[in-house]
Amino acid sequence: MSIAVEFKDVTKKFAGAGANAVDHVSFQVEKGELVTILGTSGCGKTTLMKMINRLYDPTSGEIDVFGEDIARTDPVLLRRKIGYVIQQIGLFPHMTVAKNIATVPDILKWDKEKTDQRIDELLKLVNLDPEEYKSRYPAQLSGGQQQRVGLARALAADPQIMLLDEPFGAIDAINRSNLQDELLAIHRRSGKTFLFVTHDVTEALKLGTKVMIMDRGRIQQFDTPREVLDHPANDYVASLMKSVVEGLEFLK
Amino acid sequence: MTRFLEYTTRHYDKLIEALLEHLQMVGVTLVISIVLALVISLCIMDRKRISSWVMRVCSMIYAIPSLALFALLIPLTGLGSSTAVVVLVIYNQYILVRSFTEGLQLVDAGIREAAVGMGMTKWQVFIKVRFPLALDAMVAGIHIAVISTIGIATIGATIGAGGLGSILFDGMRTQNGVKIVWGTVLSVVLVLAVNGLLKLAEKKIKKGIYHMET
Repeated sequence: MSIAVEFKDVTKKFAGAGANAVDHVSFQVEKGELVTILGTSGCGKTTLMKMINRLYDPTSGEIDVFGEDIARTDPVLLRRKIGYVIQQIGLFPHMTVAKNIATVPDILKWDKEKTDQRIDELLKLVNLDPEEYKSRYPAQLSGGQQQRVGLARALAADPQIMLLDEPFGAIDAINRSNLQDELLAIHRRSGKTFLFVTHDVTEALKLGTKVMIMDRGRIQQFDTPREVLDHPANDYVASLMKSVVEGLEFLK
Repeated sequence: MTRFLEYTTRHYDKLIEALLEHLQMVGVTLVISIVLALVISLCIMDRKRISSWVMRVCSMIYAIPSLALFALLIPLTGLGSSTAVVVLVIYNQYILVRSFTEGLQLVDAGIREAAVGMGMTKWQVFIKVRFPLALDAMVAGIHIAVISTIGIATIGATIGAGGLGSILFDGMRTQNGVKIVWGTVLSVVLVLAVNGLLKLAEKKIKKGIYHMET
C-alpha cells in the first residue's frame, strides 16, 4: 500500500493564539482509505485538513502528499489535484450547476466536449438527472441537492485525494443518511483517498475505514471504527463513544 | 412667458452647447473615477486596517465644500474644466471606493474559500467569482456617483469649466430668471435620463448574473 498523505511532526500555531491549533501531529493515510477526522469544534480538525491543500501552511513539520513535500509545490497547482468540499457548500451562485462543476476542468482548459461529458457523468454519479439540473442555478436547488453538486464539482478533475469539511453538517437527518450512503458508494468505486472532517460521532464511525479522533490539537486515537469503539485509547475517546451508545440505550 | 420663448429660440444652441459640455465633463470624470477607484479598491480590499483608513481620508475630503475645493486647486491646476474634473474625481472616490471595497469584501467567505481551495489563482478568484458577485454593489455605487457628479459639476462654472453651471451662474449674476430655470431644468432632465439608463443597466445585471427577477 502506498502512502497518500503523511504528517511528520506538524504543528500549526495561529498568530496571537495561546495554544497550538494542531500540536506535533504525525500520522499516515494509506491510499484508498476514507479517514474520518472527529472532534469537537476548536479541536484542530479543520485546521489539520486545510494544511493538506495549503489553505494554511504549518508552523513547523512536514506534510507529504504521495511522497512529495507539499511545502515545495505551487499551492495553486496542488489544489487542482485535490478535491475540496466545505460545509457552506460554496457553490458559485452566479453560475449554473454545469458551470460550477466545470470549474476545475475550465481552469485546466479541457475541451468543451470532454467537460460536458464529464458533467453528465458526475451528475449521474451523485443521483441528479443531468437534463433536469444542468442549467439550474444553486438557489433553485435544495440543500441536499446543492451538496451533491458540491461533491460532483470536487470530483470533476478526478483528484486522487478528496478533502471534505463537514459537508453534510447543515443537512437534515434523512438526506444526510442518503448522502452518506452515496458517498460510501462513490468512495468504494473510485478507490481514491478521502479525508472527511465531522463532529458527528455516528457519521465518523459509519463512514470511516479509519477514524482519527482529535482533541486540543492532538490525535487521541487513530484506528478502525471497531477498535475505537471496543478499545478506546483514553478517557476522552471513551466518553465520546459512550455518548453515542447512551443515545441508543435511551431508546431501549 | 414671451421672454422665456424668445430666449429659448434665440439661444437654444448655447443651451445645447452647455449641455454637451456638461455631459463631456461628467463622462470624462466618470471614466477616470471608476478606473482610479478600481485600482484603489483592489489594493485595499483585503487589508482591513488600511481600507478603513483610506475610507476615513476619503470621507474627510468629501466633507470639504466643493466651492472651496475648486478654489484650493486653482493654484495647482489653473482655471477651466480640467480642474473641475480633478475635483469631481476626488469627490467620487469616497462614493466609489466605498461601494467597490464593501461589495468585494462582502462576497461570502465560504464561496471565496471554495474558489481558492479548488486551485484558482488570485486573479481567477477575482475575475470569476469576486468581481461578478460584487458587481451589483459596484454598479449601485457608480449610480450614486453619476448623479452626484452631474450636480457638483454645475459648480465647476465658477472656475470657468463651462457646462450647465455657466448658464445657471450667468442667470444669477444678471438676475435672468429664464437662464436659471433652463440651467436647473436641464440638470434635472439629465439626472432623470441617466437615472433611467442606469436602472435599466442594473436590472440587466441582476438578471444576467444573479438570475433574480426584480
